[in-house]
Amino acid sequence: MFKIFKSDHAINFMALRKLAIVFSLFMIVGSAAVVGVSKLNLGLDFTGGTVIEVGFSQEADLKKVRTILGDNGFADAIVQNFGSPRDVLVRLAPRDDIKPETLGSDVLKLLNEKTGQNVEMRRIEFVGPKVGDELTEKGGLAMLAALICILIYVAFRFEWRFALGAVVALVHDVFITIGLFAILQLEFDLTVLAAILAVIGYSLNDTIVVSDRIRENFRKLRTGTPAEIINISLTQTMSRTLITSLTTIIVLLALFFKGGALIHGFATALLFGVFIGTYSSVYVASSIALALGITKEDLMPVEVEVEGEEHEEFQL
Amino acid sequence: MLNRYPLWKTLLVALTVIVGFLFAAPNLYEADHALQVSGVRGAKVDVETFDRVKSKLAKQIDIKSAVLEDGQILVRLKDLDAQLKARELTTQLLGEKYTVALNMAATTPSWLEAIGASPLNLGLDLRGGIYFLMEVDMKDLLKTTRDQMVVDFKSDLRGEKIRYRSIRWQPEGVVLKFRDEAAADKALSFLKTRYAKINLRQLNADPLTIRANMSDAMLRETKLAAVEQNITIIRSRVNELGVAEPDVQRQGEDRIVVQLPGIQDTARAKELLGATATLEFHMVDQRASSGSVPAGSKVYQQREGGSVVLYKKVMLRGTHITGANAGFSQQSSQPEVSIKLDAKGGNKMSEGTKDNIGKPMATVFIEYKPTGKVDKNGKQILKKIEEVISVATINDRLGRNFVITGLDSPGEAHQLSLLLRAGALRAPIQIVEERTVGPSLGKENIELGATAIAIGLVGVLLFMLVYYRGFGVVSNIALAANVVLIIGVMSSLLGATLTLPGMAGIVLTVGMAVDANVLIFERIREELAAGRSPQQAIHHGYDSAFSTIFDANITTLIAAIILFSFGAGPIKGFAITLSVGIVTSVFTAVVVTRTLVNLWVGGKRVDKLSI
Repeated sequence: MFKIFKSDHAINFMALRKLAIVFSLFMIVGSAAVVGVSKLNLGLDFTGGTVIEVGFSQEADLKKVRTILGDNGFADAIVQNFGSPRDVLVRLAPRDDIKPETLGSDVLKLLNEKTGQNVEMRRIEFVGPKVGDELTEKGGLAMLAALICILIYVAFRFEWRFALGAVVALVHDVFITIGLFAILQLEFDLTVLAAILAVIGYSLNDTIVVSDRIRENFRKLRTGTPAEIINISLTQTMSRTLITSLTTIIVLLALFFKGGALIHGFATALLFGVFIGTYSSVYVASSIALALGITKEDLMPVEVEVEGEEHEEFQL
Repeated sequence: MLNRYPLWKTLLVALTVIVGFLFAAPNLYEADHALQVSGVRGAKVDVETFDRVKSKLAKQIDIKSAVLEDGQILVRLKDLDAQLKARELTTQLLGEKYTVALNMAATTPSWLEAIGASPLNLGLDLRGGIYFLMEVDMKDLLKTTRDQMVVDFKSDLRGEKIRYRSIRWQPEGVVLKFRDEAAADKALSFLKTRYAKINLRQLNADPLTIRANMSDAMLRETKLAAVEQNITIIRSRVNELGVAEPDVQRQGEDRIVVQLPGIQDTARAKELLGATATLEFHMVDQRASSGSVPAGSKVYQQREGGSVVLYKKVMLRGTHITGANAGFSQQSSQPEVSIKLDAKGGNKMSEGTKDNIGKPMATVFIEYKPTGKVDKNGKQILKKIEEVISVATINDRLGRNFVITGLDSPGEAHQLSLLLRAGALRAPIQIVEERTVGPSLGKENIELGATAIAIGLVGVLLFMLVYYRGFGVVSNIALAANVVLIIGVMSSLLGATLTLPGMAGIVLTVGMAVDANVLIFERIREELAAGRSPQQAIHHGYDSAFSTIFDANITTLIAAIILFSFGAGPIKGFAITLSVGIVTSVFTAVVVTRTLVNLWVGGKRVDKLSI
């Protein structure tokens, strides 16, 4: 039998939990700081503006394109390659003097005339400032709604300590993934937002599998401290955790390398999210449940509802 | 006995997978390049048109088939070249009254169509095309409505000989001030009967003042009417563009989504959608006999064909129209359109018609359309198109409210009322979002998406095969069934649209769908290691993994559904495939694999499992 992970005894994951908490806190604070200082490179979907993707018949001379646009009243244009050296992306901020309806075709015509090359229109996207603001607001709300719904479901199915642990882990993942986009100044657009919600889904998947096993072991094993039981559970689920991460990474690599430039940000966010999500389900979610004082009794099938009393016993 | 399913259960699972495959099957048939011909401006596509088109095309190019259906001709052709040639020929043959659109026609066999199977709709990012989100400018609309109220009140009160001091628009509404209470009372009771939908209130503190506000119902109606009117205009313009499957829909309170797949000339589309239309009333020149047009008159084309000579002098312009509704005459119950004019328009109409009772009056619809050419300054050259949309006899001196009768059908009355309102377009539209994808990028996106799915799938299949051997084969069959089911459910059951992020969703599902199998298989290994027999290990493995799988997938489904309701275009496609994928993957990874495993080892003596 071929095994990706083998261990005869439980690995003491929880021994490192203090270090892990310091590390996670550092990452979260760091992400917040980076987002605060250098800001996210928000995509067109959120900022509003116009993006024009054009295809040249030969390798495009970006300098020349910039000069042409600069000489003709588009000095604020951001010009970069997109996907291949022949594809050029021109990004323009929202402006008042030119109607958005004609902006795309104006730029296209200009490039066609002045570069002497046959320039093909590949994509024009225009988002009005109002729509951009709405998307930002709706995106934030969606994220919040997802977290709250998940909190409620997990609390209902498991126990409030697990729910809190799971949701803190998700917030942790979201923060750090956004932090990565801020540090690398990768463009943050709608597809990246979708990817982050998918990361929430993925990471949660992991957390639930681990929590489920912890619950089972608390009920099954007669001896052991909570930390020991969590260690046993993490060890037992480790090969599943690694295999699922691996298959997900396989498909994400396919997307990253073969999915094209439009999907790049999406694949990047998810690839990173899979790593951070795997880490967080081991260290963040479980550590928090442990820190909140999860005990064997909490997870026993309840005969009489005694939750109210339990809450008072814990002082945090 | 352990690990045996009753026959009916096995058959049911097999049936589900087979049905899923059938529903996905239409995607295997490559679509035909096709030409779609439809009539505009009242022109109908009939058998005669059909024969002309068919015989002309058949002479010059190979056509696969041609059918006349729902007043449209669909010609299937061999390839892109033939398609372009056919369009050229058909346009030459039919001229302006017909639109000829390029399209891709599905080639689903009829037996698949009969069970309701159809291929996936491709999103604009995969087939190329334009997506517009337009916003109707309500501020402007409300302002004109308010101004109209002021003008109307003034002329009404003057007409009733009720003296007022001032009527003015103020932030809290239209404020009418009177010199004495009697006048205020009289005005209030008169206006209340006349304008049921306006809230009128005499102030307690100051009985000489009346305040008027639009009721919520009126506000809603006004907005809705403005949006619908705009949708009608956009639809009729889109029809002129020659788009095979245009989609114009209201979104929310004040927005319109326009989707034009497969269109190449985006600049022209935008100009056309933004073109303005007006309306004019002219008297018909009855002096004109065939062949000669008297001075001061002009020949106008009628929308329904034929022509009519009208005086050039404009009796009234459409900007004075404040409302138009289709309905039925109370006396004869014939369809009619009742028109409301503003005060100035009413006076003009009254002046214009008093000497013309018994004579015909024509309504002319005027549109400015881009020709596609530009002048020296790079501005679009617009072409003025004038059409007579109705000719009606004046029965009486007309005032601010009058009706147009002599219409053939309620449908025509409805159409005319829309056009009349269109002429008085008072709420301008603005493009607030645009996403245009060129045809080459669309094609490229499909290829990229398909490659990514293929590579990802093969990678995962190989891994599972190497890692779990026999059980790997089982989970691979389930994984393949999962992809087929996702496509089947999306194309035939949901009629959902596949987008590039949607394809990314399929890829991701492939990666995550094996999770359930990994959970089960790892459990089986653990049970085996704990010394259980193979049959028991399988039984317990599936049983104890199930609740975990269920919880894990429900929570991911929650995230996916929220993603869906968040609903911005590109994300929606991803959310759909992800949601569908979660549901189908639980079925394939748990039920399908269990069925296969039961068939394979269930009820047999097995010493060792290939896992």
